[in-house]
Amino acid sequence: MTRFVLRRLLQSGVVLLGVTLVVFLLLQLVPGDPVRVALGTRFDPETYEALRARAGLDRPLPVQYVSYVGHALTGDLGVSFRSGRPVTAIVLERLPATLSLAVTAVVFALLVAFPLGVLSALRSGSVFDHAARVFSQFGVSVPDFWMGIMGILLFAGVLGWLPPSGYVALTDDPARWAAHVVLPAVTVGLVTAAILTRFIRSSVLEVLSEDYVRTAEAKGLRTRVVVLRHVLRNALIPVVTVVAVQLASLLGGVIVIEVLFAWPGVGRLTYDAVQARDYPVLQGAVLLVAALFLLVNLLVDVLYARLDPRIRVR
Amino acid sequence: MSGTADSRSRRALAALRRDPLALTGGAVLVLLVVVGVAGPWLAPAGVNEVDVDRMLQPPSWSHPFGTDELGRDVLSRVLVAARVSLQVGLVSVGIALAVGVTLGLLAGYYRGWLDNVLMRCMDVLFAFPVLLLAVAIVAVLGPGLGTAMIAIGVVYTPIFARVTRAGVLSVREQVFVRAAVATGASDLRIMRRHVLPNIAAPLIVQTSLSLAFAILSEAALSFLGLGVQPPAPAWGRMLYDGRGFVTEAWWLGVFPGAAIFLTVLAFNLVGDALRDVLDPRQLTLSEARRNAG
Amino acid sequence: MTDRPVLSVADLTVTIGTRRGPARAVAGVDWSVRAGETLALVGESGSGKSMSVLAATGLAPRSARVTGCVRLLGTDLLALPDERRRSLRGRHVGFVFQDPMTSLNPVLTVGRQIGEAGEEHLGLSRRAARARAVELLELVGIPSATERVDAYPHELSGGMRQRVVIAMALICEPDLLIADEPTTALDVTTQAQIVELVADLRRRLGMAVVWITHDLGVVAGTADTVAVMYGGRIVEQGPVDAVFANPSHPYTAALLAARPTPDAGGADLTTIPGAPPSPLELPAGCAFWPRCPVRGDARCEHELPPLVPVATDHRVRTFYPNRPSREDG
Repeated sequence: MTRFVLRRLLQSGVVLLGVTLVVFLLLQLVPGDPVRVALGTRFDPETYEALRARAGLDRPLPVQYVSYVGHALTGDLGVSFRSGRPVTAIVLERLPATLSLAVTAVVFALLVAFPLGVLSALRSGSVFDHAARVFSQFGVSVPDFWMGIMGILLFAGVLGWLPPSGYVALTDDPARWAAHVVLPAVTVGLVTAAILTRFIRSSVLEVLSEDYVRTAEAKGLRTRVVVLRHVLRNALIPVVTVVAVQLASLLGGVIVIEVLFAWPGVGRLTYDAVQARDYPVLQGAVLLVAALFLLVNLLVDVLYARLDPRIRVR
Repeated sequence: MSGTADSRSRRALAALRRDPLALTGGAVLVLLVVVGVAGPWLAPAGVNEVDVDRMLQPPSWSHPFGTDELGRDVLSRVLVAARVSLQVGLVSVGIALAVGVTLGLLAGYYRGWLDNVLMRCMDVLFAFPVLLLAVAIVAVLGPGLGTAMIAIGVVYTPIFARVTRAGVLSVREQVFVRAAVATGASDLRIMRRHVLPNIAAPLIVQTSLSLAFAILSEAALSFLGLGVQPPAPAWGRMLYDGRGFVTEAWWLGVFPGAAIFLTVLAFNLVGDALRDVLDPRQLTLSEARRNAG
Repeated sequence: MTDRPVLSVADLTVTIGTRRGPARAVAGVDWSVRAGETLALVGESGSGKSMSVLAATGLAPRSARVTGCVRLLGTDLLALPDERRRSLRGRHVGFVFQDPMTSLNPVLTVGRQIGEAGEEHLGLSRRAARARAVELLELVGIPSATERVDAYPHELSGGMRQRVVIAMALICEPDLLIADEPTTALDVTTQAQIVELVADLRRRLGMAVVWITHDLGVVAGTADTVAVMYGGRIVEQGPVDAVFANPSHPYTAALLAARPTPDAGGADLTTIPGAPPSPLELPAGCAFWPRCPVRGDARCEHELPPLVPVATDHRVRTFYPNRPSREDG
């Protein structure tokens, strides 16, 4: 088991290195001088020189890259071209907002997808099943920002029940945080629910056709026992990992929703950085999100190994 | 070998013709292509006819989809924007297909260190959430139609590489391939005549599904202002521009979004139907993760 | 002394609804088995041998329509509501299916899986069920039972897994053990061990055993009565010795002739040319007609032969019992 973990750790490390390379090269792709482009009309020679020196843009590429990785390992991701503040601090202070949104969305998605997926598989072919499949097909195809706009239209505009945008920290005022998080979280959550429903359904269906389920029925066990102890315990193992991966990919995927609802998370930060040509912040945000994504994938693989006894003994 | 592929495709087409969902999806796609090609001529009004007197008009006979905040006819803009979405979708998936299949063929056929290096590179690309990477690429290259195509193409390349590689791996051990190798056929010839036709099925399915997501990504990019630039119309951009007015002018939110939704849905329906017919094996866990991410 | 049969099946017919139309997997089948007796159901795959047993015990797929009379210890199984049937079956019938790797739940320990039925039908506590599981593991010949009881299925070899499955079937001390091709997925040595184990357990516990197989070697060694099935119907039925000494149906004769040696186990029925009929398109006449080496006359093709007695308790479904084949005559 430890060998397995170590191997995965090594793999992730290699990939992470590749990620840093990609992120580093992003800056090099900017046509022209990135600092000049970033400063734009606020150009002045001193700031320009200072920023260039700080970003080390005059040194040869390999040196720059090594320096970049070295700094990153100590938590230094450079400074913003706009504000001069350290990138790491900027990104980290936005993380809680994104996390609270992503987690709420995934919890909501599970509350919807779990019963839908399981029941749809157990009653395969029924009207309920067809309805669930239609739901998941729609959910996967709908643009989340469109659904968000429709939600704003209905709940903020027509009904006036919820605020159309904005954010209040969970720690400041849970009630008002809740009112603000509902629309964005449900919007994101419904799309995630659609994906999860499909996966849960197919996982349960696959397990239902397994021989050991027939054995359990032959033994005369009650349906509830068969479903819970035999079907779900097997079917949900891969589902757990898919949920975790969805959560991780939401960290980067909520850009559009955060922009739409003026939610001050990492996604919104990325967007602002793009508008302002603030490349270090863009790089930092992308790097952090990718690193988190890799971390979650690693944890998920370890979790899967722990849950499935067949893999545990290695 | 090619005989079985032909009869398989004939059976596939027959099965598709009977599936109502596939037919609906297909019909919408045909409609989309027509609009995409003939859009500007189908549009009743000019795409950029700004008329401040007629701004924010609800749907009427003269403006079936209403007018936007600059008085432009929404229907015309929606029709012309179809072309942009279609272009970006086809070109970006074309790039992803060309590059991804090549890489997948090389990795799966030659294996060894080449396979390792290529797949590690794909892993690196997979480590980025899709939209985030696309945004970053477009941001550094400068927003526009071309960079959006490149960005989405790059982001969808790994999935094609993976599907191709998996297909090649399962085919290369089969007798007819070994026979071809034994008779001294060149690698290129083997790949072209024996390997490719047999991995066509999963690739076709993946293409259709990726087209759906590519169009969704294009819409998201243009929503963020990173796609084709104004004043050229794009569905996502129209939603972004209209979002502030949507409570007074619901048509600004409904029609462009519905266009995106119907297009993506059509590609997904066709893709799912194709999968049921051509390649019904279950998605492995890792594939499901990649597709979901 | 003739006891009441443990399980008796009368005029059992099973039709399965498929996308391509109704498939009649079993048609008008009668058989029964008494305590301490072994009935062998023999046939190729698709002959309906497994389906008849599954349908009789209420395990047929949802799309199946089952008619006929099935009595388990005197009670009409098919007339019972699902819950009662489930309970009755679980308590009195043990099942051993073909592939022990897939028949066992990979995420539960072996002990848990053995004990489950005991918890459900005998009201055993978890601890009592576990203790019972250890006893059963010893009974079926698994060494180090007290450690093995907490093992997972994939940690055991194929033969051991099948013993676990047998132990699982025995926890409620069933009146009937149904074994559906239990040795097909095992190697030859292990096959022999399992066959011996089941015979031994049958003697000790006095169970009735229904052994479904395509392997005539198994039949010869352990069965008391045999029913040969083809195309969903019984084509020959009777005491094993009688049927083997005097195979009256051309199919039975062909099966017996196809074995390399009478004692070798695992002889497959692959040497009769042709293939069995599809349950979607069963002929009106004798189902064996296309492959029959005897080839009586046109009547065989259009009329279904009834089951006629050849000797006491020995029945056969053919118009031409005991005819030599055309090639011999």
